[in-house]
Parts: sequence; structure tokens; C-alpha cells
Amino acid sequence: MVMTIFYILVFPGFLFLSAYGLAVEFVDRKLYARFQNRKGPPWFQPFADFVKLISKETIIPAEADRRMFKSLPVFAMTAVLTASLYIPVWSTQSLFPFEGDVIVILYLLTIPTLTFFLGGWHSSSLYSTLGSVRVLTQLFAYEVPLLMAILGPALLAGTWSLSGVSAFYAANPIYALVNIPGFVAAMIAAQGKLERVPFDIPEAETEIVAGAFTEYGGRLLALFRMTIDIEMVVVAALVSAIFIPLFSANPWLGFLFFVIKTLFVVFLLALFRSVMARLRIEQMVRFCWRVLTPLALVQILIDLIVKGFVQL
Amino acid sequence: MGKVVIPIGPQHPALKEPENFVITLDGEKVVAAAVNLGYNHRGIEKACEQRTYLQDIYLIERICGICSHAHSTAFIQAAEEIAEVEIPRRAAFIRTLIGELERIHSHFLWLGVAGHEVGFDTLFMYSWRDRELVLDLVAKLTGNRVNYGINTLGGVRRDISPEEAAEIRKVIGALEERTKYYLGIASEETTLISRFLNVGRLSKEDALRLGATGPVARAADIKRDVRKDDPYAAYGEIPFDVITDTHADVLGRTLVRVKELMECYKIIRYILDNMPEGLISVRFPRRVPEGEAFSRYEAPRGEDVHYVKSNGMDKPERVKVRAPTMANAASVAHMLSGGYLADVPIVIAAIDPCFSCTDRTIRVRDIFRGSDSVLDWPALRDYSIRWYRENGLDFSGIKLFGREIG
Amino acid sequence: MKTGKMLPLALKGLFTKPATISYPYQKVVVPSDFRGKLVFDPSKCVGCMLCVRDCPSGAIEIIKVGEKKYKAVVHLDKCIYCGQCCDSCVRQALRTSPEFELAVYDRKDLTVDI
Repeated sequence: MVMTIFYILVFPGFLFLSAYGLAVEFVDRKLYARFQNRKGPPWFQPFADFVKLISKETIIPAEADRRMFKSLPVFAMTAVLTASLYIPVWSTQSLFPFEGDVIVILYLLTIPTLTFFLGGWHSSSLYSTLGSVRVLTQLFAYEVPLLMAILGPALLAGTWSLSGVSAFYAANPIYALVNIPGFVAAMIAAQGKLERVPFDIPEAETEIVAGAFTEYGGRLLALFRMTIDIEMVVVAALVSAIFIPLFSANPWLGFLFFVIKTLFVVFLLALFRSVMARLRIEQMVRFCWRVLTPLALVQILIDLIVKGFVQL
Repeated sequence: MGKVVIPIGPQHPALKEPENFVITLDGEKVVAAAVNLGYNHRGIEKACEQRTYLQDIYLIERICGICSHAHSTAFIQAAEEIAEVEIPRRAAFIRTLIGELERIHSHFLWLGVAGHEVGFDTLFMYSWRDRELVLDLVAKLTGNRVNYGINTLGGVRRDISPEEAAEIRKVIGALEERTKYYLGIASEETTLISRFLNVGRLSKEDALRLGATGPVARAADIKRDVRKDDPYAAYGEIPFDVITDTHADVLGRTLVRVKELMECYKIIRYILDNMPEGLISVRFPRRVPEGEAFSRYEAPRGEDVHYVKSNGMDKPERVKVRAPTMANAASVAHMLSGGYLADVPIVIAAIDPCFSCTDRTIRVRDIFRGSDSVLDWPALRDYSIRWYRENGLDFSGIKLFGREIG
Repeated sequence: MKTGKMLPLALKGLFTKPATISYPYQKVVVPSDFRGKLVFDPSKCVGCMLCVRDCPSGAIEIIKVGEKKYKAVVHLDKCIYCGQCCDSCVRQALRTSPEFELAVYDRKDLTVDI
């Protein structure tokens, strides 16, 4: 019981993920700056931003639904923290693995997106409403390729448990090579999930101010921002657990590998967002259905064929 | 969702200056757009009437932070025309040189802003980094980065030394490399093209009808450039091409601007090679003789027009400024309607707007009642009918669109 | 058409020195004839007031402090750093200096004797 609470609140739960989330945000911002030939922020900048936001007054629009407006950031945070419990951190095994937890993780990762939608919708402001509609539109575009890209490797591993998938690829790292198309598709879809350029359409600053978060401020916005940081860690960990077969039996070495893998994914995500322009929502949807989904389908096909050969 | 009316501005992250665009949306599609000017009126024209010509230069220069040289040159050209002062050739060359350097930094600035508006911040950072080269160069030549203060009545204030000329050549060489790179980005990067191509279309006919100027008109294949059509300063003897493009959209405007940069380098090299010797300024009278003049200047954003009227005193009686954004503002509403909400910022940015230069207010004064009250529509109509009748035009009995107008 | 055309340049950014300057910690070098704060040489001033007349913003005052002795007071909050006074001065008593870091906490401190 004590250990469970420790897992949930300290490591690898709330405290660790918050700290690591801020660290990852720093790495992302620093890399983004260096890609642009800038100096970038000092290491404590995300933490300073967080403290500053926490200390600000919380303003709730008169038209907004107060209860929903205040509770949604907490929901978002809870969902990503819960998802982290099913992701392996220091070994191939997560804390509470069970058959089918891949699907649960993906569903839990959808909840923050839904809270962004609801938060924007309940703000009752024009920009937030537009932003929240875009959040939903985009959700329908990237969610399918993301799920399918993860489905392929899971099919090859023959299990629906993330820990099982990790263990399979840790044992047979050579199979990870056939999953490269799926890795590409998952990375692009993850960019959409994390709402970053070229898919930062729901919060496109120059178009709709801050999208769903326009009316949020102070503590509530700080919670949302923290959620996004942790979501990035969880998504990076999920993608790396499935596609990068780098594990160790030694927990310390395993944890080091976890950090290296997630930072590598974050590096790719940062590079991705620094070399492109933001797409329009209709271009994004078209791209996801015409390019990304077929790519994920190809991945499934490859995995099925490989699986057939293996069983022969 | 039904139709939604959404305000872009006066305060909005896409706009660097306060201005209001009322966008009617049907989902993500823009069905109608209106432009409301007047949030940033500063009364510069009136203030010019209370200052001497010499003081006005510095005030006029501050109409715009980016095309400051354009405004001050346009004003000075008008003043010099009234006073019938011929500036030395060397002064004309230096004015042209600074004008072209200004065009370079303005176009680099625009490229960065355009990148930022479509979320391409890397392009924004790099083009602004390269813009620093020309800003530092201008600071070295004139003493300031944006409000150069190089113009004075009857010539220019600072000369260009041979060392400075060598420095200019060096910077131009570096910038030319960068410009070629950006031309490659603008014409090849997929995400950028997908955001620029067929966005904010303005056909040649519409551009002519709505009075577009500068790169907006040239992107619609209208070969119109004051530097060629009505040469001022030293442009008459400098060979260069007027860049046009047939895309007639944001991509066309981007290509026109980037290719114009290449022309700028050509012009600057010609100026440095053929700089005449001699004085850089001549005496200018404190009191300007009675008269009026109208001066045109091809600012980076389009045609800048200044009108100056003198009553023989040391202060102008009237100064009128028509900034290029004013001419292009009419076409913005046309370009916005039918597009996407996501394209609103880039379409507005594509005219390279400079709203504080443009803004003006109109005060209606009732000369019959002598009051400054605001007139409502029927009263304004009655007033116009009365005014025309007193000036010998009687519209009573004439029908227009089936209605009597008089 | 090519996606990610800026990729090589972005990756190169990792290995090049940043173009940004940590400004307050690292000083910016401006050209020596940059138009910054005015400098006044009282020994050259003849009190002709041409600078006062030509100043576009009324930022400069020349005050007589004794027989053929003048001092200049500049309102830095009004000054637009155009340097016209230096051009108008017939004796070169006024010059611009490259000093540009002139921010203060109190507006009164912007009225200075030079």
C-alpha cells in the first residue's frame, strides 16, 4: 500500500513526472532555440514559468461554466498521470501491467485532448470555441493513424500489453527494424497529439490567440501546461517503449536508457516542429487520412507478413 | 455552427499594430470581411503644420519605423520642388543607396513576419538574424538603425567614405547568399507553399480596380513601380528590372519581394561603382516660397505619396501623406473573403501592412450650423445635396437605380 | 517541392555559436558616430540659440550662466536623437556620443545638464 502510494505520488508518478516534464520542456525549448541559432532559455525557465503562473490570480469569465472551467485541468492532469502507471520506466515491465493496457493508455491520453475541447467550449469565448472545435477535428485525424501505428508492432509481438510488447522487442531487437514506417507515422501523429507545429492548429497563436486556452490563466493554465509537459513525456515514453528496443535488466541502466530514449524522441519532435510551417486544419485532416493512415496500414501489413514468416 | 462574427484586432497576436478586421465565419470559411481603420491616429499631418520644414523631416521620418527614409524623402522632394532647389548628384545617389538598404531590411522583416504568421518561426528567426547585418550597416552609415536621419533639405547629412563603401559591398555579398537561400525556401518548402499558394488571391483586374500598389500589385502581374515610371533621386540612370509575378497570391507576393532583394543588390553595386564626386548638400532657404507640390516614392510597401503646400512662411500650410498601406487596405477585405480563417493573418501580413502610417480620422464640420456635431446618414445626405446645389450642381429629378437622388 | 528544406540549417544550428547576445550582461558595440546622448562643450558655445530653434521636439535649452558662459540642459525624455542641433550649431559646441543606455527610474532624472 505504502509502495503504491509512493509509486503514484513520487516515482514514477506525480513528482517525478512533473520534474521530468519540466526538464523535457526545457530540452525542447533549448533545442528549438538552437535550431534557430538562438541561445535559448536557462534550465530553470519552465519551472520559473510554472511558479509565476501558479502565483497569478485566477480569472474565470462571467459567461463560463465555473465548475467545469475549474475542474477540467485537474481531470487532464489525472488522466496523464494515470497513463504513466502503465508505461515501463526502468525495465520492460510497467508498474501495473495487464493484457490490453496499450488501449487503455491511448484512451487515457485522449482524455486531456477532450478536456482541452471541453475547457475551450465552457469558456464561452469566440476564440476558445473555435479552438475547441479544431481540437476535436484534429483528434479525429491523428488518433486513428496513431492507434494503427502502435497496433502493428503489438500484432507482431502477439500481445496487447505494453510490457509484453517491450519484453518481446527487448528479446528480439532485430524485429524493431520492420517497424520503422510505424515509428515515422507514430511520431507524426504524436506531433498532432501534442499540438505542435505543423499541427498546432488548435492553439495557433496568430490565428485564434491561444485556442481553447484563451480564457485560462493563473493556476488553471499552469495545470494545463504541466499536463501538456507530462503528456509529452508519456507519449515519448510510449513511442520509445514500443519502437526503440533499448532495455536493460539493471534498473539504474534501464532508467538511463529510458531518459536517453525519451530525449531522443523529444529531439526528433523538436526538430520536426522547427523546420515546418503550420498547416491549415483541412490540409492536416487530408494529410492524416491520405498519407499517415495508409502508412500505418502498410506497417500493419508488414507486421502481419513478418509474423506469417516467423510462424512458418 | 452557424455564422459567427469574429473580431481580429484591435488587439490580436497576429497584428503588430492595432487595427480591426471584422470577419464573418461559416465554420472555418470566411464569408465576409471588413477593415476598420483608425485605431492608431497620431495627428502627424496637423503637427507638421506647426513645425518648420527642417523640424518636419524628423517628424515625418517617424510616420513609419520601417520605411522612415521613404517618408522623409517623399516630403523633402516635395519641399525641394516648391523651393526649386536642385540637390547635388552625389546626394541623390546617397539617398537612393539608403533607400535601397531600407528596402532590404524591410523585405527581410516581411519574410520573417510572414513565416511567423504561418507558424514557421525558424524562418522568422533566421531572416531576422540576417536583417541585423543590414541594420548594423545602416547604423554605421547614418548613426541609427531605423530612423536614419540622413536626409536634410537640399541634400543628405552624411557622406559615404570609401571604407564604408567597401563595408557595404561586403554586407551585400553576404546578404545575396542568404537571399538565394530564402528564395529556395520560399519556392520549395512544401508546408510553406501549401500555406501560400492560392491564398489571398487578387486578380489583375481586381488589383487595378481596388488600387493596389507595390509588391501586391506587382504580384498580380502589374508592372508598376514609381522608380521606373516616375524616376526620382538617382533612379533615372540606374539600370534595374521591375519584378513581377503571375501567381497573384501570397506566394507571388513572397517571390516578388525576395526577387526584389536581388535587384536591390544590383542597384547598390551600381551606385557604389558610379558614385559621382561632389557636394552632398546645398543651401536651402528657411522660408519656402509659395506653392504646392506632389511627390511620389516607391516605398518597400508600395507607392508613398506626399503633398505639401507652402504659403511662403517657414512652416508648411498643409502636409498630406498617403502611405502605401492605405492604398492596399481596400484590397485586403476582398482577398480575405472566401478564404479560411487560418489564412486571415497571412493575407493581412502579405500586404506588409503598416497601420500607424495609414491611420487618419475624419472630422465632419457643419458649416451651416457651425457646430462640430457628428451627422447621421440622412443629415449627411441632405448636407451633400445642399452643398452641391450651392456649388451649382442640382441633382433633383435625376434618378439613379430607380431612386431619386436629389 | 521539398519538405523540411531548412533541416540542414537547423541541424547546423546545434554546432554554431548563437546569434543572440545576452544583452545586459554582454555589452553591445555601437558605431562611434552613433547618434546617442548629446555632449556639450561650453567653451565653444556662443549662445546663438540655433540649436534651440531647430530642435524638432523642444528638448534642448541653452541657459546663460555668466558673461559669455552658457550651459545646455537636455530633456532626454523629449529628445528624439536626430542630431539636428549638432548640425545647426555653427561652432560645433554640440556633438552626439554613442552613449545609448539612458533608462532611469524617475522621469526627473531625464532632464540633465550636459
